[in-house]
Amino acid sequence: MRRERGAVPRYTPLARANHWLTAALLILLALSGLSMFHPGLFFLSHLFGGGEAARAIHPWFGVVLLASFALLFFRFVGDNLWSRDDTRWMGAIRSVMANEEEKVPEVDRYNAGQKLVFWGMTWLILILFFSGLVIWDAYFATYTAIETKRIAVLVHSVAAAAIIWVWIVHVYASLWVRGTVRGMMRGSVTAGWAWRHHRKWLRAMARGER
Amino acid sequence: MANEQSLDIVRRSASTGDPPDIRKEQQVAKLIDVSRCIGCKACQAACMEWNNLRPEMEHFEGSYDNPADLNPATWTLMRFTEYEPEDGHLEWLIRKDGCMHCADPGCLKACPAPGAIVQYRNGIVDFISEACIGCGYCVKGCPFNIPRVSKVDHKSYKCSLCSDRVSAGLEPACVKACPTGAILFGTKEDMTQWAGERVEDLKSRGYAHAGLYDPQGVGGTHVMYVLHHADRPSLYAGLPDKPKIDPLVQAWKGVFKPVALAALAATAVAGFVHWVVRGPNEVQPEDEAAGRKMLDDGPGKPEAKQ
Ligand code: HEM
Ligand code: SF4
Repeated sequence: MRRERGAVPRYTPLARANHWLTAALLILLALSGLSMFHPGLFFLSHLFGGGEAARAIHPWFGVVLLASFALLFFRFVGDNLWSRDDTRWMGAIRSVMANEEEKVPEVDRYNAGQKLVFWGMTWLILILFFSGLVIWDAYFATYTAIETKRIAVLVHSVAAAAIIWVWIVHVYASLWVRGTVRGMMRGSVTAGWAWRHHRKWLRAMARGER
Repeated sequence: MANEQSLDIVRRSASTGDPPDIRKEQQVAKLIDVSRCIGCKACQAACMEWNNLRPEMEHFEGSYDNPADLNPATWTLMRFTEYEPEDGHLEWLIRKDGCMHCADPGCLKACPAPGAIVQYRNGIVDFISEACIGCGYCVKGCPFNIPRVSKVDHKSYKCSLCSDRVSAGLEPACVKACPTGAILFGTKEDMTQWAGERVEDLKSRGYAHAGLYDPQGVGGTHVMYVLHHADRPSLYAGLPDKPKIDPLVQAWKGVFKPVALAALAATAVAGFVHWVVRGPNEVQPEDEAAGRKMLDDGPGKPEAKQ
């Protein structure tokens, strides 16, 4: 990849497109899903043209999300495998929160928090997809028993709350650690950002391993 | 059923706020005396007739049940059971199935669409079809497996207890049509009292377990049965012995949702507080210098860290 001085390439245009498509779908799913989640949020259905439209389109967003996330998963999974350092990093989470990164182990391409977001999203999307199929009555009403659907709708509801929680953490972290959003917007981060937050990754890059 | 009766609504799905409470009205009930039913299906035909419903023609399934199940255009269905007690007799148990109009309706509890399900002061639970979004949650909420969502218009349907007729002082169409007087309609009090007399009569004829089916697990119902075997309701084509809103539905529609939303809001607020207290984590000029140096001069040795 072309390298401008002081900038470190982090995401290819394809990776960014893949990420933002996934992000858009997750937000659309959260908004349309929440409209059915609680009476106080029913107004969100108007964003989709009314309750019936929100109900009808939500699962289709889900299908596209699964496909889009699958590509993202295979793109990123190699850098998201858990290591000893990640456990140590989690142990030092207080220093991380206090912006005292000198006190935490050097981080490779992703830190433990980012990896937890990755795996949290992975499992929750799988759970949401399969529980979502069970309650997709427009097409699959006759495939499962009502008792099964009761379990599925509860699971779907809880998993939805959980994934929105993970999403809030993900978004806050990317805003709090300045310079992160740039990586996903423009595809590169500054050398200083990499030095400060992902020194092991920068080192590998300087060695020409990446 | 279009909603002409908003002054009489006591509960409305997915809605907050107080319902209008200026009118007083008596609780009504339909009493189905299974022991007097001859299975002629006049009620089923009258239901189609009054509500102007024409279900699709189906195939013979080897049973008198016709159609084989409730469907969006069949709001009441005679279900036939051949029961052989130990003494070698044959009893033909015929139950008119349909919405029970629970005092505590699981469908209404589950419904996410404001005003798609209402409960009137007289006890009738009604679907307001234009507000229905077709999600099928009512199907999961119902302890009696009654609502059916149409594949054509994606609306959920069930017996309205002829709320339109009742509001005009008429009895439901099925009651009107029954030739044996097996279906009666009146105040819940009168129906309960009449049922008591019927139960006594059945007991005197040897049905020791005769009784009234008005299950308290759903707060009582506004459609009640007189059963010869009230100790075993499930004999009658699977009528639930002890119906109640499923605990899974209670958990799904209970405190979990407001708590989950509060937790999400609290997390967002926690982020804000963290920003205000700790501030953003900003890359410093010395980081940039060190980073550039590493890129220019090579990786160097990893720093020893604790
Ligand atoms: C991955 C594939 C997904 C599928 C197939 C799916 C499918 C469904 C279906 C069928 C429903 C019932 C309403 C309807 O028929 O539209 C539903 C409800 C819902 N979905 Fe999804 N969904 C998926 C992903 C998601 C995601 C990622 C979220 C959250 C960001 C989400 C949040 C919700 C919520 C909050 C509800 C309402 C639950 C309730 O009423 O308690 N869904 N979903
Ligand atoms: S299908 Fe209609 S009536 Fe049933 S729960 Fe959904 S919106 Fe309410």
